[in-house]
Amino acid sequence: MNINDTSPSDRPINIELFKPNLAKRYNLDRIFAFMAWGATTIAVAILAWLLFTILVDGIGTLNWNFIDSFASRKAERAGIKAALAGTLWVMGVVAVFSFPIGVGAGIFLEEFSEDNWFTRLVEINISNLAGVPSIIYGLLGLAAFVRVFGFGRSVLAGGLTLVLLILPVIIVSTREALRTVPDGIRAAGFALGATRWQVIWHHILPAAMPGILTGMILSLSRAIGETAPLLAIGAASFIAFKPDSVFSDFTVLPIQIYDWVGRPKKEFHDLAASGIIVLMSVLLLMNAGAIYLRNRFQQNR
Amino acid sequence: MTVQSPSTPSQSLWRPNRDRSRLIQTIVKCICGAFAAVSIVTTLGIVATLLFETITFLQEIPVWQFLTDRKWTPLFASKEFGIFVLVSATVMISVISILVAMPLGLLAAICLSEYASPRMRKILKPVLEVLAGVPTVVYGYFALLTVTPFLQTFLPNLKGFNSLSAGLVLGVMITPLVASLSEDAIYSVPQRLRDGAYALGTTKRETITSVVLPAALSGIVSSLILAISRAVGETMIVTLAAGANPTLGLNPFVPVMTMTAFIVQVTKGDAVHGSIAYQTLFAVGTTLFLITLALNIFSFWFVRRFREKYD
Repeated sequence: MNINDTSPSDRPINIELFKPNLAKRYNLDRIFAFMAWGATTIAVAILAWLLFTILVDGIGTLNWNFIDSFASRKAERAGIKAALAGTLWVMGVVAVFSFPIGVGAGIFLEEFSEDNWFTRLVEINISNLAGVPSIIYGLLGLAAFVRVFGFGRSVLAGGLTLVLLILPVIIVSTREALRTVPDGIRAAGFALGATRWQVIWHHILPAAMPGILTGMILSLSRAIGETAPLLAIGAASFIAFKPDSVFSDFTVLPIQIYDWVGRPKKEFHDLAASGIIVLMSVLLLMNAGAIYLRNRFQQNR
Repeated sequence: MTVQSPSTPSQSLWRPNRDRSRLIQTIVKCICGAFAAVSIVTTLGIVATLLFETITFLQEIPVWQFLTDRKWTPLFASKEFGIFVLVSATVMISVISILVAMPLGLLAAICLSEYASPRMRKILKPVLEVLAGVPTVVYGYFALLTVTPFLQTFLPNLKGFNSLSAGLVLGVMITPLVASLSEDAIYSVPQRLRDGAYALGTTKRETITSVVLPAALSGIVSSLILAISRAVGETMIVTLAAGANPTLGLNPFVPVMTMTAFIVQVTKGDAVHGSIAYQTLFAVGTTLFLITLALNIFSFWFVRRFREKYD
């Protein structure tokens, strides 16, 4: 091969290619950076707009009567007593069932499991279930808990539906919390002759508990805001009593809000906004609790 | 505290009951395994309930009628079951929402990972988390009672229920999902790729668009697909803001009915078990489930197929 063939002097060179044209490129850069910041600003502005509208609409009707009255056809007498009680009952059911099942499944997958077909099947299922729309869980609850098990449209049926919905989230966060516990603790336990379960129960679980609880609180706060699955199992929107057992009819805050938003009168829209303020305050408190737990946990390590 | 002499060791301290410990461990392991199996049972339950009622439905309504009818009137005297009426509404609203969420979410992700200082990042990420944590019924309120009246001031022929404002607000709802998943993908592109691009004389924008984004492409695309899947399955915003009027067509200014809105309409009306309305519910549920499942599987496959590995 003749080396002169490839020498630069033989070829015409496109000078344009080597012009850096920096001024234009830097201008484009500025526009791009402006767009990136603009998008972020828009997202923040929309959140501010949303919170502002709801505060303005709802603050006028937010008072103790609103918290302490049952639903009513007259807007000035309507309140969220039944909805608040219903939310508490449903959350109780969700917490009681989802904590042991979620944490148990997390422990199984992270600590006990060998790599076999069962574990793989469970993991595939969990990642698929996380993508199933919440209203499909509602249909499952309607067919399984309301009809087949015969719980009716009760607190128990609603709670169990939400348990199935948030289980994947709890399992994933439990596994993450267990993974942060150093392996040295496990090795030390085994070296002293403890069984795997003794090590988990006495050492790993206490160490991972703040992380597990953080995930639990965040999952519960998601369940509190869910409307669609409870609508699908047919939770009533007009209830004038507090639930007295897990088998009684119920309504929850989001459904009460949904009902009020759907009415034509402006007065009910303002009540909905007041309800949203209460709901979002509860969520904010729970999230603050989760963040507090997480920070304390990180400081201790 | 008394110290035991070595000649008379305490039974429980020095000869632990290993059989008992092992038995407890086996029992606990079985219980935890059973809890883990709940996820399998849930999937089976979803598939079984959807299939069971859908098959009964399809015995009465032939599949081609379900797929080709031009009207959706299962609750009226003259029943027609054109699922495409509902699917078209769902698709239109999802397209509007992703047109909002893609630029907003992607640019926000780029801003967070490439432009924002660590302190800014620490402030902005929780804001996105708050946006993601707002209950959907709140977005429904916002779409119906704030955004629609606002849009009506300069779009006078916009109806009170419409897919435009539902789609826009739905887009805002899925923006945090796009932003945080894409941000993870962009943030995990190794710094040396950026350094290499800078060394070749590219500007920051050129580095991002020609090196960083292509490297993070699999994560970005899968975040978009997951966001579409979330939009398709979303219920409260579309039920409240888009109406309950099954119309075929792509006009975003008029009321429509999505698949999820239909499910809510029927379950609110106390459908009698065994009636055709009750079965229709599950037929629509099956369609919805299949669409989201296909999207989710495609997203997983895409990540697996196109992930760039840097080690």
